[in-house]
Amino acid sequence: MQIPVETFRLENGLLVTLSEDHTAPIVAVNLWYHVGSANEKIGRTGFAHLFEHMLFQGSAHVGSNEHFELIQRAGGTLNGSTWLERTNYFETVPSNELGLALWLEADRMGELLPAMTQTKLDTQRDVVKNERRWSVDNQPYGTFLEKMQELVFPVSHPFQHSLIGSMDDLSAASLDDIAQFFATYYTPDNAVLSIAGDFESAETSRMVNEYFGPIHRGKARPPLPPMDLPPVFGKRLRELVYDSVSLPRLFMAFRSPVFGSEAYYAASVASAILGLRRGSRLHRALVRERQVAADASAFTFDLAKGADLLVVDVTARPETSAAQLEEEVEREIDHLHRNGVTEAEVRRATSLIETDLTASLQSAGERADRLSMFATYFGKPGLINEQADRYRAVTAEQVNELISERFGENNRANLIYVPKEGVESERVLAAAGTG
Amino acid sequence: MMVTSLRPKPGPARSYRFPRFKDETLPTGIRLITAPVGKLPLVTVLVLVDAGSTSEPRGKEGVAALTAAALLEGTTRFDGAELAEKFEQLGTSLESGADWDSAFLKITVLSNKLEEATKLLGEAISTPVFPEREIERLKAERLAEILQLETEPRGLADEKFSEFLYDDESRYSRPDEGSTESVGSLARNDVEQFYRSNYNSGATTVIVAGDISSEDAKKLVIEAFREWPSGSSMHQALSGKARRNRKTAHIVNKPDAPQSELRVGHVGLPRKHPDFFPTLVMNAVLGGLFGSRINLNLREAHGYTYGASSFYDWRRGPGPFVVSTAVESEVTAPALREILTEIDRIRSEKISAEELSLARDYLEGVFPIRYETTAAIASALATMAIYDLPSDYYDSYRTNIHNVSEDAVLKAARTHLHPELLQTVIVGDAATVRGSLSDHSLGEVTVHNA
Repeated sequence: MQIPVETFRLENGLLVTLSEDHTAPIVAVNLWYHVGSANEKIGRTGFAHLFEHMLFQGSAHVGSNEHFELIQRAGGTLNGSTWLERTNYFETVPSNELGLALWLEADRMGELLPAMTQTKLDTQRDVVKNERRWSVDNQPYGTFLEKMQELVFPVSHPFQHSLIGSMDDLSAASLDDIAQFFATYYTPDNAVLSIAGDFESAETSRMVNEYFGPIHRGKARPPLPPMDLPPVFGKRLRELVYDSVSLPRLFMAFRSPVFGSEAYYAASVASAILGLRRGSRLHRALVRERQVAADASAFTFDLAKGADLLVVDVTARPETSAAQLEEEVEREIDHLHRNGVTEAEVRRATSLIETDLTASLQSAGERADRLSMFATYFGKPGLINEQADRYRAVTAEQVNELISERFGENNRANLIYVPKEGVESERVLAAAGTG
Repeated sequence: MMVTSLRPKPGPARSYRFPRFKDETLPTGIRLITAPVGKLPLVTVLVLVDAGSTSEPRGKEGVAALTAAALLEGTTRFDGAELAEKFEQLGTSLESGADWDSAFLKITVLSNKLEEATKLLGEAISTPVFPEREIERLKAERLAEILQLETEPRGLADEKFSEFLYDDESRYSRPDEGSTESVGSLARNDVEQFYRSNYNSGATTVIVAGDISSEDAKKLVIEAFREWPSGSSMHQALSGKARRNRKTAHIVNKPDAPQSELRVGHVGLPRKHPDFFPTLVMNAVLGGLFGSRINLNLREAHGYTYGASSFYDWRRGPGPFVVSTAVESEVTAPALREILTEIDRIRSEKISAEELSLARDYLEGVFPIRYETTAAIASALATMAIYDLPSDYYDSYRTNIHNVSEDAVLKAARTHLHPELLQTVIVGDAATVRGSLSDHSLGEVTVHNA
C-alpha cells in the first residue's frame, strides 16, 4: 500500500511534504522542529518542553490561548509534544479551515516574541511543574524515563538529562532564554511542515508560500556535542529504586542500532518477538507459563542519533520479589542470546507490525506526523511507504545476528523499582547484582 | 514584511456523512451491523454481548471481566498459547474485556486475513473451555492490578469516588472489575455459569466495519457464529442510587503527596436521556474542552494544575458527573473553591454567545475527525447498539448539537448539576490539606487511610 507524497522546499529552507486523500473532508497540519531536550544547555533541563507550552500562549496576531480556541472553534483537534530529538505541533481540521491552521503555525514560527510576557512564562512554569508532579513525581514508576536516561547515557551526552526537567532548572528559565531558543531553533530551515488529507495541491502550495515564505531563515545552529556511542554499554549497568510502588518492576535496556538504520528493523522485530502482545516470548514464558510476572512488554525509543534503546518492561506478581523477577528475566534473555529466534517468531512479529502500520495510516494526523518524522530525521518523507517492505524483508538470521551482538551481558542496563515497604529484601538484591 | 496579519476565512465546507451501514437481525437472533469502508485494506470486527459488570450476580463482582478475558484462554481445539499464536500469525490486533454495560471481543486485521481471523474469533467465543489454571492466573493478575491502585493516585481517586458516591445497592459503588474479596472468591464454575447464562444470540451484536461488503461480512459472521446458542438478554442492575443526599468530602490520606488528586461530582444521567444534547453542550462549556471554564480557570489563570476537566461518564444507568484534576497540595482548597464557583456560575446565568458557539462549533466540526478508523466507526456503531439510539443518530447528530440554545444550556445546568449533592474526594496529604478545608463549603470532611 502506497500513499501519495509530494515534497518541495521554500527559499527560506522550510521543507514541505503533502499527501492527498479525499476520503473525508478533513486535513492534518503537522510541524516538526528539529529541536528537543538534547539541545538544552546545562542548567536549563526541561526548557524545550516549557518552550512548547509557550507556543500556545499567542504570537504577534494571536492572543493568549487563542490558538487553541480558534482551532477548536473551527472543529479541529490540536496539541504539541516534546521528545529528546524533536518538538512537534499538530492540528486536524475540517478541510475548509486549512488556511487558518497554516496561518496560525506561520504566525508563531514568524513572530512569537511580541506575545511573550513574564506573567505567561510564570503561569506556564507552574503548569509544567504540575505536569511533572502529575506524571513523574506522584505516579508510580513515573521517574522511569529520566532514571533510564541517566543510567544508560554517559554524563554530558545530550540524551542523558531529564526531558521534563528539574524544578530548579524550570524555575531558572527566563524570557531571555525564550528569545534565544526561538531565534536559534524555531526557524523555517530547522522545520518540516506536513499536510495530509483533503486539500488541493496548487492552492495549498500557494498558501504555504504566502504564510511561511516571508519568515527569515535562521543563523547557524550550535552543533550538538558528539552523539556517537559504542554498540554496547561495555559492562552491566544496574540501579535499584526504592519507591512508592506496589509491585517490583524491571526495565531492562539494551543499547541498539539507531532508528532507520538497516539493523534497526531487526532490533524492532526482536523487540516485538520479546514483548509485543500475548503471544510474545516474555508474556508466554513469564506471565502465562511461569506466572512470575503480571505483565511484560518491550519497545524501542526510536532515537535517530547516537544509539537507540530497546527496553524490556516486566512487572512482578505480588508474590515475586524484585530479585526473583530480575533473575527470571535475565534467564529468558540469556536463553534468547544463546539460542536466537525462529522464522515463525519473526513472521508473527512482522505480521502484527504490518497490521499496526496500516491501521495507523488511516488517520490523517498520523500520516502527517510520520511524513514529518522521516523528513526531519532523513530528509526523505517517502520512507513512509517503505516501512512495511523493510519489516517484511527482515529474516531470522538478521534478528539473530542483532541478538548475538546486543543481548549479551555487556549490554544490559537493569533499572529495578522496589516497593519502599519491602526494603528488607535490599540485601538480597544487592547480592544479586553482579556489578 | 513578516507573516500577514489577515486571518484566513474558511472556504465552503465540504459535506460529510457518517459511513452508511446495514443493520439487520440474523435468523439466529444475532444483531448484525455492517459498515463497508474501503479506504485501506483493513477490517474491524467487534462482538458485543450484554454481559458487562451490571449483569453480575451480587457477590460475584469481577466475573464479567474475568469471563471476557478467559475467552482467549483456550477452546476445545486450542489452548490459550496456541490461540494467541494463531491470531498473531495472522497479524490480528485482538482485545477482549467487559465494561459496565457489555462484554466485548474485538479484532482488527488486514482484509486478506479477515476470513481466518473471524473464524478463530467465532471459535474463541463459542467453544471456550475456561481452563482452571488460566482462570486462577487471570484472577491473580487482577489482584495484582488492585494492589497497584494503592500507590496509583489517579486510579485510587476514581475508585474511591465511586465508592463514596453510590449506595451499596448500586453496582456502580463497587469496582467494575471486582475487589480483592470478590475476585478472590471467584471460581472456574462462576465463570462457566456466567458464560452460560449471558452469552447468547439475543444478547449479541456483531459489528463489522472496513474493507468488506455487507453481504460478505454477513456470510463470515453466520459461519463464525453457527454454534452460537439462542436466548435473550438477562436483567442488568442499572440503579444509580446515591449514597447520600447531602454534600460530603473525603480525604484519602497519602502522606507527603506532592499533589492532590481531586474528584468532585454527583450521580449523573443515563446515556439515553432526552436532555443528552443540551447536557453535552453544557458540559463542554463547563469543563469538556481545553477552552472550557474549569480548565482556563484552574490551568491558564491560576497555574494550579496541568489540566482540569469535567465529564459525564455515560452508561445505560446513571453514571457519574465528575470534575477531575490534580493540583499542587498547597492550593487544594482554593482549587476546590474555583471548581464550586464554576458549577454555581453556569447554573446562575446564561452562557455567552461566544461560549455557546465555541462548544457547538467544536462538537459539530470535529464530528468527521472522530471516524477516521475502522475501529472508531465500529465503536460508534457499538454506542448506537448499546444505548439503543435511533438509526439516524449519527446523521442527525450535528443538527441536534446545532439546535442547543443558551436557554437550553442554562436549563440543563439547573436541572442536572446539583451543588448541594456534590461529593468531593481528595487523594493527597491530609496534614497539608485538612486545615485549609474548614469553611464547610464541601460539607462534612472525613479523613480515610489509603
